[in-house]
Amino acid sequence: MDLSTQYLGFELPHPFMPGASPLTNDLDQVKRLEDAGAAMIVMPSLFEEQISAEQLATHHWFEGPAESFAEAQTYLPSPSDFALGPEAYLERLQEIKNIVSVPVIASLNGATPGGWLEYAKLLEEAGADALELNTYQLATDPEDSSQVLEERILDIIRTVVSQTEIPTCIKLSPYYTSLSHFAQRLDEAGVAGMALFNRFYQPDIDVEELEATPVLRLSDSSELLLRIRWLAILSGRVQASLAITGGVHTAVDAIKAVMAGANGVQVVSALLQKGPGHLRTLREEMIQWMEEHDYESLEQMRGSMNLLGCPDPKAFERANYLRVLQSWKGFL
Amino acid sequence: MRTRKNLAPASVIGPPTIMTERTTARTTAIIDGNEAVASVAHRTNEVIAIYPITPASPMGELADAWSVEHRRNIWGMVPDVVQMQSEGGAAGAVHGSLQAGALTTTFTASQGLLLMLPDMYKIAGELTATCMHVAARTIATHALSIFNDHSDVMGARQTGFAMLASASVQEAHDFACIGQAATLASRVPFLHFLDGFRTSHELARIELLSNDDLRFMISDDLVKAHRRRALTPDRPVIRGTAQNPDTFFQAREACNGFYLNCPETVQLLMDRFGERTGRQYRLFEFFGHPRAERVIVLMGSSAETARETVGLLKDRGEKVGVLKVSLFRPFSVHDFAASLPPTVRSIAVLDRTKEPGAVGDPLYLDILAALREAYSQKLTSFDKEPLVIGGRYGLSSKEFSPATVKAVFDELAAATPKNHFTVGIVDDVTHTSLSVEPESDDLESADVMEAVFFGLGSDGTVGANKNTIKIIGEQTDQHAQGYFVYDSRKSGAVTVSHLRFGPRPIRAPYLISKANFLACHQFELLDKLDVLELAAPGAVFLLNAPYSPADIWDQLPFEVQSAIIDKALKFYAIDAYRVAKEIGLGVRINTIMQTCFFDISGVLPREKAIGSIKDSIQASYGKRGTVVVRQNFSAVDRALENLRAVKVPHHATATRNRAPVVAAEAPDFVQKVTAVMLANKGDLLPVSAFPVDGTWPLGTSRWEKRNLASEIPIWDPDICIQCNQCALVCPHAAIRAKVYDPKGLSNAPSGFQSTAYRNPEMDGLAYTIQVAPEDCTGCHLCVEVCPAKDKSRPRHKAIDMEPQRPLREREIENYSFFLELPECDRTSFQRLDAKESQFFEPLFECSGACAGCGETPYIKLLTQLFGDRALIANATGCSSIYGGNLPTTPYTTNSAGRGPAWSNSLFEDNAEFGFGFRLAVDAHQSQARELLRRLGPKLGDPLVKELLEAEQLNETGILAQRERVVSLRSKLGETDRLEARWLEALADYLVKKSVWLVGGDGWAYDIGYGGLDHVLSQRRDVNVLVLDTEVYSNTGGQQSKATPIGATAKFAMSGKEVPKKDLGMEAMSYGHVYVARVAFGAKVNQVVQAFTEADSYPGPSLIIAYSPCIAHGYDLRHGVDQQKLAVRSGAWPLYRFDPRRIKESEAPLRLDSSEPRCPLKSYMQNEARFRMVEKLDPKRFEHLQERAQREVHQRFAVYQQLATLTVPRGPEGKKDSEAREQTKEAK
Repeated sequence: MDLSTQYLGFELPHPFMPGASPLTNDLDQVKRLEDAGAAMIVMPSLFEEQISAEQLATHHWFEGPAESFAEAQTYLPSPSDFALGPEAYLERLQEIKNIVSVPVIASLNGATPGGWLEYAKLLEEAGADALELNTYQLATDPEDSSQVLEERILDIIRTVVSQTEIPTCIKLSPYYTSLSHFAQRLDEAGVAGMALFNRFYQPDIDVEELEATPVLRLSDSSELLLRIRWLAILSGRVQASLAITGGVHTAVDAIKAVMAGANGVQVVSALLQKGPGHLRTLREEMIQWMEEHDYESLEQMRGSMNLLGCPDPKAFERANYLRVLQSWKGFL
Repeated sequence: MRTRKNLAPASVIGPPTIMTERTTARTTAIIDGNEAVASVAHRTNEVIAIYPITPASPMGELADAWSVEHRRNIWGMVPDVVQMQSEGGAAGAVHGSLQAGALTTTFTASQGLLLMLPDMYKIAGELTATCMHVAARTIATHALSIFNDHSDVMGARQTGFAMLASASVQEAHDFACIGQAATLASRVPFLHFLDGFRTSHELARIELLSNDDLRFMISDDLVKAHRRRALTPDRPVIRGTAQNPDTFFQAREACNGFYLNCPETVQLLMDRFGERTGRQYRLFEFFGHPRAERVIVLMGSSAETARETVGLLKDRGEKVGVLKVSLFRPFSVHDFAASLPPTVRSIAVLDRTKEPGAVGDPLYLDILAALREAYSQKLTSFDKEPLVIGGRYGLSSKEFSPATVKAVFDELAAATPKNHFTVGIVDDVTHTSLSVEPESDDLESADVMEAVFFGLGSDGTVGANKNTIKIIGEQTDQHAQGYFVYDSRKSGAVTVSHLRFGPRPIRAPYLISKANFLACHQFELLDKLDVLELAAPGAVFLLNAPYSPADIWDQLPFEVQSAIIDKALKFYAIDAYRVAKEIGLGVRINTIMQTCFFDISGVLPREKAIGSIKDSIQASYGKRGTVVVRQNFSAVDRALENLRAVKVPHHATATRNRAPVVAAEAPDFVQKVTAVMLANKGDLLPVSAFPVDGTWPLGTSRWEKRNLASEIPIWDPDICIQCNQCALVCPHAAIRAKVYDPKGLSNAPSGFQSTAYRNPEMDGLAYTIQVAPEDCTGCHLCVEVCPAKDKSRPRHKAIDMEPQRPLREREIENYSFFLELPECDRTSFQRLDAKESQFFEPLFECSGACAGCGETPYIKLLTQLFGDRALIANATGCSSIYGGNLPTTPYTTNSAGRGPAWSNSLFEDNAEFGFGFRLAVDAHQSQARELLRRLGPKLGDPLVKELLEAEQLNETGILAQRERVVSLRSKLGETDRLEARWLEALADYLVKKSVWLVGGDGWAYDIGYGGLDHVLSQRRDVNVLVLDTEVYSNTGGQQSKATPIGATAKFAMSGKEVPKKDLGMEAMSYGHVYVARVAFGAKVNQVVQAFTEADSYPGPSLIIAYSPCIAHGYDLRHGVDQQKLAVRSGAWPLYRFDPRRIKESEAPLRLDSSEPRCPLKSYMQNEARFRMVEKLDPKRFEHLQERAQREVHQRFAVYQQLATLTVPRGPEGKKDSEAREQTKEAK
């Protein structure tokens, strides 16, 4: 069965790859993922904000008490090879590159215009085969219009794309007023791929302590639908290759994603629950399903159910919502 | 002594190892004396065994850091640097390593040197080559002092070590080399010393010795000879024999030849050194008029001041000179005599030490004897034997300035010069002191720019100035000098930086008194200190002020305005805190103020200066990351935009004066002594102002209003759940709780807050939480710990931080009223828990500990529970510094005048010292009881019986006994029997005393462990409180045996590999020791329980208390959360081991925390001490973390099993104290 696909310009034997997660930061697990047939490895994000915060905090806690008291000029040793930047991430990237032969995508969540470029270049130098820019930022400032936010992201993409050689993809969030339009502009800016969608830590409320606590739950197949809809909408309309990330737990989930237009299928929660070997299972089950349904290649089904190709495109549009409501009404 | 006749042939110094031509251009660097010494010591030794002690610690730390970085010595190997458990241990390791043939050294100071003495005798007796380095520091006598004099090195002059004194940073570097070469050549061990702080911490531009220079000086032949003398089974010999009356004496004299040869060997090496470097030294160096008549003899850094002053006096035609002693031991009479001009008529020998009761101080006695010998042996050509007087100067870094030097010369010119004088102080008691004229400009070099900067430790002023010196020293031809003065507090410490720049080497090891540039980086200091006193007329004055340039003038106190006008200062200002905040630098204004200095001082062209500052930011902060660098770059640019010249009016217009240093109602002693010290004018206090024996009054810290906090906690009684946790965690006793009769509120100020106390057992009382607005350090701990949130707006808690300035006056009034409210009845609480303990008056308040200190809440609690009957022996360390460092001290008394009796003896002996307290208290108590018995019939048996049998188990019991003692005293007054008078003096000992031995982990786990272990092994009733910060906090973060696995610390930079010692388990192994492990942030009631149980337990008790510390590397406001995590993760299990439970057939160990409920990682990742190790080497850290995690589980499993173990009660035994009592009675 021909499962081959193209994602970010890479010829891949099949679309399955582990998405950004703690799994892809662990060398043993990465090796096991490759052994299970991962087509690519997507590393977890390097967070510029986190690096900056730690740099500042460390600087503060080293310098604050220093030179204050006659008996002690400092309170912590400060060796010259103490690395507070992205060194650990870059080193891990290199280690992964050394032990796997599949392409490795480095993921980046920047915080400043300079930071995006600086870190993107470092990741490229360290040997990343592609970059996944995780542009997630929660817009809480009422002064920031959607246009301003989108322009900011487009600027980042243009800068990174123009100053790096490797393909760049963007991991999108679903919260755009006009995702289709934005995707088109991202396309124009030169992204090689789009991954739909980011999953976030969500604040929960501790009613005993009256505190907000961040929570990240593993996904389930119910999250698939939002992603399939947008894959279907974007598929065929953008040049960039598309990947699904979030909600793929079974081979059928993946098949739906491919039918909606996905070139790549990123899996995280299912791997965390079932281990790296699940990648193999998904692939085998996909083959089995395709054989049962007389498919010859994945290419045959890619985009078959997108907005342009599906029998009832309205199902992916607002009408979908209306129809469900109406059908529900029909039961009354 | 024999006279010198070429005793040492040139061959003794061996051929140079290499003869490479010296390069014409030598490398210079701006370094301090410690680094100058360590640089040579590290390159010329193979083993370095040390123990940290101020001011020598940086030498060991640098050596360790270099070895971690694999820097090699001149033989290509990386020296092995080891930290031992004490200086005694370090000396033992040095001795052993030397005996086994390695080139070995150590660094130390003060008490540390004294601990090395026994080994030093051995090392010298065995003619073992070593050159140790001492940053000379005062020996503790009536008080501890970390500053400089020669009392430590003079205490080692009898050991047989040669003693080489350096006077400057350059000399310290050079003499470290000459000393090392000389010891190998002479076989006499060398003690090389430099003046602590004055030289060890002074930054200066020096010429560095290259490895080739060192190889040129140190002959490999001699190194091989040293190795050949090693103990080895391949050529075995025996050393360390015991000798008897028949032989010891002769054998002791057998070394004489080596000592006789030694001075010439040193001089030969000095000549070789001079030839190579152009810096020629002599054993005794004379400077001055070739026909000098008056000469000062001295050693150390003060020789530099004397030399400069002599130069200027000589230019005026005065026949004066100074003789600097470089090689003090072995003392060469020949060289000494040869160095003095024959014209000398009178000599003043200055000693930087005091030997009470001696004929004179040591250098004076030596010079007298040497002169006599020289004269009688005709080694001199004096017309007449000169008059010699001796004097003392500079104890504990007392200033020695040109005016002081002149005062000594003036005295020498007097008809009958005063002998045994002091100079630099006013001795109005025994009238030893010379009068010193005010400093005058004409005794100082005119071509030197002098700059003084006032700042706070936390604002980075010192760091910025060190940087400035490096920029100027390295990028111009200017010579530079930097010296930094710190105050004695750990929070809000004032720093004063003294910087000099000039075209010639700067020989001015004394503070600046007339600065051309004066900067005050903290506006508040203008109200506390006479900052402008140090400004020369016409100087530039730079002020950081939280006002716009237009408003600044009106905010200045009258005295400051007047000084600016009178001295015609050029006044510049910037609101650096606003700029820093805008950039995101918080309170770090260092880069901003440094930029301002360069902009207006003109020492470098503006553009060059800016470039240099940015280069140095990159160099200093590059490893901290690009964000830090970017922010500091931005600080440079924004500083230039915001700096403004301030227009100065012709007349002072201020309507306010500088506030008095202490309140008018402060006691007389505080007004007359403490306030003078607080105003930075303690140098002016005469001898008569001081207690003769180091005894000081309590309760002085309350008079020092420091106003450190920009925000203070404000209480909202409507939300408060009255848990008192805010009061409990406050490290400074700056937030307090009180319950009281609401009638007391009748005179309350309008803003005073009060609410009904919610306790059904104590109905009708009022309750208040009150902040001491001027004593709070703004650490936020109280807010973090507060559990009470506003239901509608949870961001608002029952305690919130609010800006201090607008609330200051209101809260001062409230606090003052609060203090007047009566203290609670200590007997009114049914059960004493954490909450109720906070109604007890703290007898430890407003200490100078760091903001957020994790130690002081325990000490405060101790004083709340037992302070009015406690004796506290405090090991040297943080707790002795914030507990007893002048000018003000935090231990205080209650309204009855009772309070903790506190003292610090040493670092190593605290367990024994406190044990001694117990012995004395027991003796007094025993005698009082005996007298009671004897007087029983006379006094009335019921009272005596009650006094003897009283159970003083709680506050009620203590109070009842105090009342009985009052009755006893009244009855004693009615009898004239001699025993009654004795009993009157001892009656208070009938009330139970609580003896506490307090110290840090450095004391308990390391240097004091032997003593502590012994004291625990005794069954006496002492309570040990170990404030476990898991690191040597006071000396700057060196590892202790309490440092946990995976944490970085100095000497364990890449992460400690060995688990923390289980001190509690060791103590438990005795079976009779009460042991508790506590953490106030995790389980506060357990802490109170442990303290009360320890006090009530009649044998030794040990409480190991988790104490968050700035050396852990995180914001201490989160200290409580970290303690919770430490306990939850199992890093810090809580337990109480009470031997009394054995009697009840229960397991003596009770676990007070559950098994680990979260990964250790979640605790470790929040602290820089662990994160650093991860950042250095992630794989290694992972490995260490796994081991740490395993260790946590294993230890907990052991505790769990122990907690189920009961042990047989054994035969019924009497309490030891009872047994002793009965034995005595039987006698």
